[in-house]
Amino acid sequence: MSGHFTYQPQSAFMKWFERRLPIAGLVHSSFVAYPTPRNLNYWWTFGGILSVMLMVQIITGIVLAMHYTPHVDLAFKSVEHIMRDVNYGWLLRYAHANGGSMFFLAAYIHMFRGMYYGSYKDPREVLWILGVILLLLMIVTGFMGYVLPWGQMSFWAATVITNLFSAIPVAGEAVVAWLWGGYSVGNPTLQRFYSLHYLLPFVIAGVVVLHVWALHVVGQNNPAGIEPQSEKDTVPFTPYATVKDSFFLACFFLVFAWFVFYLPNYMGHPDNYIPANPAVTPTHIVPEWYYLPFYAILRAIPDKLLGVMALGGSIIILAFLPWLDTSRVRSARYRPLYRQFFWVFVLVCIGLGWLGAKPAEGGYVIAARILTFYYFAHFLLILPLLGVFEKTKPLPNSITESVLKEDVPIGAPAPMSSGSR
Amino acid sequence: MTTTSSAEPTRRDFLYIATGAVGAVGAAAALVPLVAQMNPDASTIAAGAPIEVDLSPIAEGQVVKVFWRGKPIFVNHRTKQEIEAARNVNLASLPDPEPDQKRVKEGHDNWQLLIGICTHLGCIPLAHQGDYNGYFCPCHGSQYDTSGRIRRGPAPTNLLLPPYEFISDTKIRIG
Repeated sequence: MSGHFTYQPQSAFMKWFERRLPIAGLVHSSFVAYPTPRNLNYWWTFGGILSVMLMVQIITGIVLAMHYTPHVDLAFKSVEHIMRDVNYGWLLRYAHANGGSMFFLAAYIHMFRGMYYGSYKDPREVLWILGVILLLLMIVTGFMGYVLPWGQMSFWAATVITNLFSAIPVAGEAVVAWLWGGYSVGNPTLQRFYSLHYLLPFVIAGVVVLHVWALHVVGQNNPAGIEPQSEKDTVPFTPYATVKDSFFLACFFLVFAWFVFYLPNYMGHPDNYIPANPAVTPTHIVPEWYYLPFYAILRAIPDKLLGVMALGGSIIILAFLPWLDTSRVRSARYRPLYRQFFWVFVLVCIGLGWLGAKPAEGGYVIAARILTFYYFAHFLLILPLLGVFEKTKPLPNSITESVLKEDVPIGAPAPMSSGSR
Repeated sequence: MTTTSSAEPTRRDFLYIATGAVGAVGAAAALVPLVAQMNPDASTIAAGAPIEVDLSPIAEGQVVKVFWRGKPIFVNHRTKQEIEAARNVNLASLPDPEPDQKRVKEGHDNWQLLIGICTHLGCIPLAHQGDYNGYFCPCHGSQYDTSGRIRRGPAPTNLLLPPYEFISDTKIRIG
């Protein structure tokens, strides 16, 4: 079943075209014949889901841009115009807003998968770093998008986040004025955020191309963390991965649709339905849920500059993961101690997210400081030490062996007679 | 792809076709809002509602311009000479033959409403100008008569008529 076959154009037209621009062959070798490890589980479907979500956001965004007006006096009204007057405008707006949340949900799951199975390790370091760059681009894009409706949260989030840059010594104030295009967040700010919000998704798309290219050069990781050794260890991408990705995409879309149609404002903040008022700051400024962990880290540090550096550092440190984790074993499946620390880390991230929504006082601050310390300790202390001291479980000899011996699938045929056993 | 294929359709074939069909329906359904959103929205449709025009301040011989759905509408209070000139015409000689009676409402021959867009390439013709004392389009020289019919020049058809009705002798509703 797992043959590696090259594309052969059948029709006269395809023969002619393929000689001049071999795109059909490229698509074929990348997404049809591409050898995919046979033991991939559903955690591997999120890369495909992310690609589809990027397309959904771009398409709904371009269509919304036909009706939105990027001016401080008109923006809020234009969004209400979309909701009330434009045909299916309510659907497009809710799809785009909730799509952003779903985009981040998929991204975080995708990243946690990488951390669990060691997908960042040699030779996938560049792949991982491209992913960190994609996360940064997503964060910036999402932030600017949230400013566009020009509600109370839009305006004050813009004010708070752009003010972060005033922490830069010497040039801080100048940088902030440059970002604002004025003496405070105003129309120049809104208009440039609109322009960049339209641009960056296409930059993201370009980096995604690099990300998939880097992936295809080294091949995918898999739950066992050992490289495929023969054709027996892989199956062709189509139909196996294609159908598996499509199925889980449908499940993901069910969750997406649940929010869009039944809980469209659940993940948003009601204050953003109040037009922006530069004279009144809302009592509880909170970013959207996907920024909450980083927000908690920022507020946990009492010093302004150090808080900003901690915020940036909490994302940048991900790029160093391939070198901070010193273990020779990739997958957490064979690292019983690391596995426990991984789940603690997940809980810490969720805890930081929860704290990010709480007011910055009393016990919440203390808790946020403890969890922030643990967050950095995970990368800088625990991972380097684990690699040295952990006793790992023995690795299987091959992917096929790990599939057929350890987890016998329900209804599996008898193990193949040819091969290692 | 899959290697073995028997003469009988298999369960796999059924599943492929069924999934593909459902996927195609889903894709079509997803396309509907994306295409429909470009159609005129509720506020644009509301802004295109009929308008009422009071005819009493319009003097004989005067052409007043109003806007309806973004288009200029000529409201022409025609003089007797203009009506006669429009009717004393050999219809067969017209590039787009149409009797003047068909281009006004019965009993209201002295009022003519026209969409003031040249049927050539869309410029607004000038009233009371040209060889026929009708309308003259400065862009490419089309000449219309006192009934808004094309007489000379590149325009292919007569000036179009907007939908309208008399709600009283001095008031009309356009649209």
